Amino acid sequence: MPNYTFSVNGKTVTVDAPADLPLLWALRDKLGVKGPKYGCGINVCKACTSHINGKAVNPCVVPVADAQGKEVTTIEGLADGDILHPVQQAWLEQDVAQCGYCQPGQIMAAVALLKRTKKPTDADIDAIENVCRCGTYFRVRKAIKRAAELMGG
Amino acid sequence: MGTPTRRQILAFLVAAPTLTIAVNLTGDEPTAEAAIPTPPAPADLIDLGELLILAAAPTSNMLILTVESDGMVTLQLPREEVGQGITTATAMLVAEEMDIPLSQVRVRLDDARPELLFNQLTGGSNTIRAVYEPVRRAAAAARTRLVAAAAARWDTEASSLRTQEGEVVSLDGLHISFGELAVEAANTALSVGSPALKPESEFTLIGKATSRIDARAMVTGTQQYTLDLDVPGALPTMVRRPPSINGTVRSVDNAAAVRAMPGVVDLAVIQTGVAVAAETFGQALDATRALKVTWNAGTVDSESDATIKKKLRAAALPFVVPPLLTQHVDAEFDFAFASHAPLETNSAIADVRADRAEIWAGLKSPIVAQQTIAQELGLSEDAVKVHVIQGGGSFGRRLFFDSALEAARISKAMKRPVKLMWSRIDDMRHGRARAASHHKIRATYALGNVLTFEHRVASVETDFRHGLGEILTAMAANLPVGGNLSFAQTVFLTTIKSPYNFGVTTQLLNEVPLKMHTGSWRSVYSANTRGAEEIMVDELARKLGKDPVAFRREFLKTDKQRAVLNKVATEGKWGQSLPAGFAQGVGFHEEYKSCTACMVTIDARDTKNPRVVKAVIAADYGRPINPRGLEAQLLGGLTDAIATTLRAGLHLDRGLPLEGSYSQFHYARQKDSPTDVKIFIMPPNGEPGGAGELGVPAAVGAIANAYARATGIAPRSFPINFPVDFEPFPR
Ligand code: FES
Ligand code: FES
Repeated sequence: MPNYTFSVNGKTVTVDAPADLPLLWALRDKLGVKGPKYGCGINVCKACTSHINGKAVNPCVVPVADAQGKEVTTIEGLADGDILHPVQQAWLEQDVAQCGYCQPGQIMAAVALLKRTKKPTDADIDAIENVCRCGTYFRVRKAIKRAAELMGG
Repeated sequence: MGTPTRRQILAFLVAAPTLTIAVNLTGDEPTAEAAIPTPPAPADLIDLGELLILAAAPTSNMLILTVESDGMVTLQLPREEVGQGITTATAMLVAEEMDIPLSQVRVRLDDARPELLFNQLTGGSNTIRAVYEPVRRAAAAARTRLVAAAAARWDTEASSLRTQEGEVVSLDGLHISFGELAVEAANTALSVGSPALKPESEFTLIGKATSRIDARAMVTGTQQYTLDLDVPGALPTMVRRPPSINGTVRSVDNAAAVRAMPGVVDLAVIQTGVAVAAETFGQALDATRALKVTWNAGTVDSESDATIKKKLRAAALPFVVPPLLTQHVDAEFDFAFASHAPLETNSAIADVRADRAEIWAGLKSPIVAQQTIAQELGLSEDAVKVHVIQGGGSFGRRLFFDSALEAARISKAMKRPVKLMWSRIDDMRHGRARAASHHKIRATYALGNVLTFEHRVASVETDFRHGLGEILTAMAANLPVGGNLSFAQTVFLTTIKSPYNFGVTTQLLNEVPLKMHTGSWRSVYSANTRGAEEIMVDELARKLGKDPVAFRREFLKTDKQRAVLNKVATEGKWGQSLPAGFAQGVGFHEEYKSCTACMVTIDARDTKNPRVVKAVIAADYGRPINPRGLEAQLLGGLTDAIATTLRAGLHLDRGLPLEGSYSQFHYARQKDSPTDVKIFIMPPNGEPGGAGELGVPAAVGAIANAYARATGIAPRSFPINFPVDFEPFPR
């Protein structure tokens, strides 16, 4: 089997995996990085949302080979040690999570959005497709707006 | 048999002939005068939640609370957390009663504890109602012992000491932490007075908006769900399932080729399909897809939406009041199947050995799971250890332990530990669903009053074989109704009641048994049954020339009910003028001693693509423990109602749902949810009522009513917009 080397949350890793193995399973089953969640496997639910080179991707449909040489960031890599990212901070302030299962994906999607636009409109937030089966959307919306404030947007 | 069959349970129920109860009718007296009073329904006398509390009572004080020498207090909670916030609420109870900071309380979910009998079932919105007093009692007992230990140490009277912030404090300023006293307090020789509960008037934490105790774990990705656990050797495992519900394997035609696929470790035929274990889930999924299997027929292959609708219509019981005698409104409603679709699909880890087994899964009825799995494996119950893992959503789904049982079978067949995950497609198609239902409602009226209100519900049978049966059987003597009731009718009668004075009111259920996978879905029968009734209330108001809010105000039974209605009408500016295509709608619901009103504004300029743009909700829970968590539950209930009223349902086609993912089962997304939501929790006025399910039915009514007012289209079939707007996945 081929080897792929890339960084995950700042650490260089090498995995031995078939080229077409979805990155989600390389992360979860081979590297023990369990933050990104499976919810559909076909780029619909967005529970697995993570970043590659700073952009939101869905590792359930990204072959591990595509990560070669790149920087992968998952929810575990967002905080700086004990210091939470402002989006995580806003999530705590709004007490967004219910079951929490979708929230790593929601947060990673929000971080990517706030990178693209400092002050997201309701329409920008509506465009986030991440499913929250617990129905926390309104708190997600408030938390994104609050995070924008915290980030000086 | 670990689980009695339906037949056995019926037999038990019939065998308990004394179905009477001396009921103390608490709550405020009916105050509506003009309206024709409706006598209390069974659910007014005793509701399902109270039955569950009664059943749990004999073991309700068998709670385990530990004080460690570092001052941390751990409560072992015999319930399942799936997002509803019960670990936070119970931690608050402990912190309040012990006078310790919330951060010093941990809540662990108990493993299956068969000695708890009926006291380990998470359903019927019963958790807080059932543990409110027992948890405080346990905490008070611990606090009393700690004070006694300090009194002994300082050689003083316990009555002269008080507790604050995790310490015992004396009059002359001595103080010592609970942690330091933990060992001495455990001394059985210690003389301890009888613990008294803190009076509710002295609560400082209970009733205060509090953030979840697990929020940080959730935002940092460290919260562990079943599949995140590292159980040594447990291999990723998936199952190839049949092309229709309950189909079985006739033959596997390419087993050797699949075994030779990269990463594949083992393969086994089980009752529910063909299981493949592999090094990664990606490889297990590829292998299940590559399998060539010949299948035997399923159990509902000849059923589709149309055949089921026909059966349901035929099954609805007749009305008593004939039409034409007086003025009346008749209406019929249909509700499609709805997937529970928790974001974490069915999953479980099982390690089955020759003489013992260990299971990890999100389980709301772990004792029944343990009994059933032990039976299945031919082991004694105490040889099967069942760990309850926090779940990624449930909405009723995790009352059943299908994945735990399946994982146990696979582990036994493969002789290795397995980590089983259902694919999303399987979870939607072969998982469970809220049963489709048909509703006939007739109301008669004269001289501005409603004389009769009859509701006949026909539903595909809802499966309650997750331990509720044994509980209802044991509690049969407490039911305020007699006769040969099925389980479902018992559940129906102990959950469904009308909050209005509509004269003679009858609500009856008849079921169509079909061999498919159903299960209680948040609020069991109420979302459909009470949702449809709230639509009828609006239609009655129209007939009588009254405003929907004013009409409800007139016919609701109590001031407590009217207070939540008035709150949303005021806060939501009921009656304000809106542009064409927009409208407000209102709904009310009461269950498990709590009540709520919901008011929404809908934008239905595009009738095929409406959006709820605003919602105002008020709820009275008697004794709110954590208003912030209750608001979250109401928000979730609102979103569930938006989804299932407007767009989300399952189409059954020749024995299989067509929907296989969220791109097809249209559970609401951010773009479907309101940008303005206000939620009000009424101040405390009694004991805690049910919380987790309350929000759905009122919101269903409000949304449907708003849609009708905005479009002039009376909604009769739900979801309202329900085309097959996708290419179904292959079977
Ligand atoms: S699991 Fe990746 S989008 Fe659903
Ligand atoms: S918090 Fe449960 S799915 Fe979003």
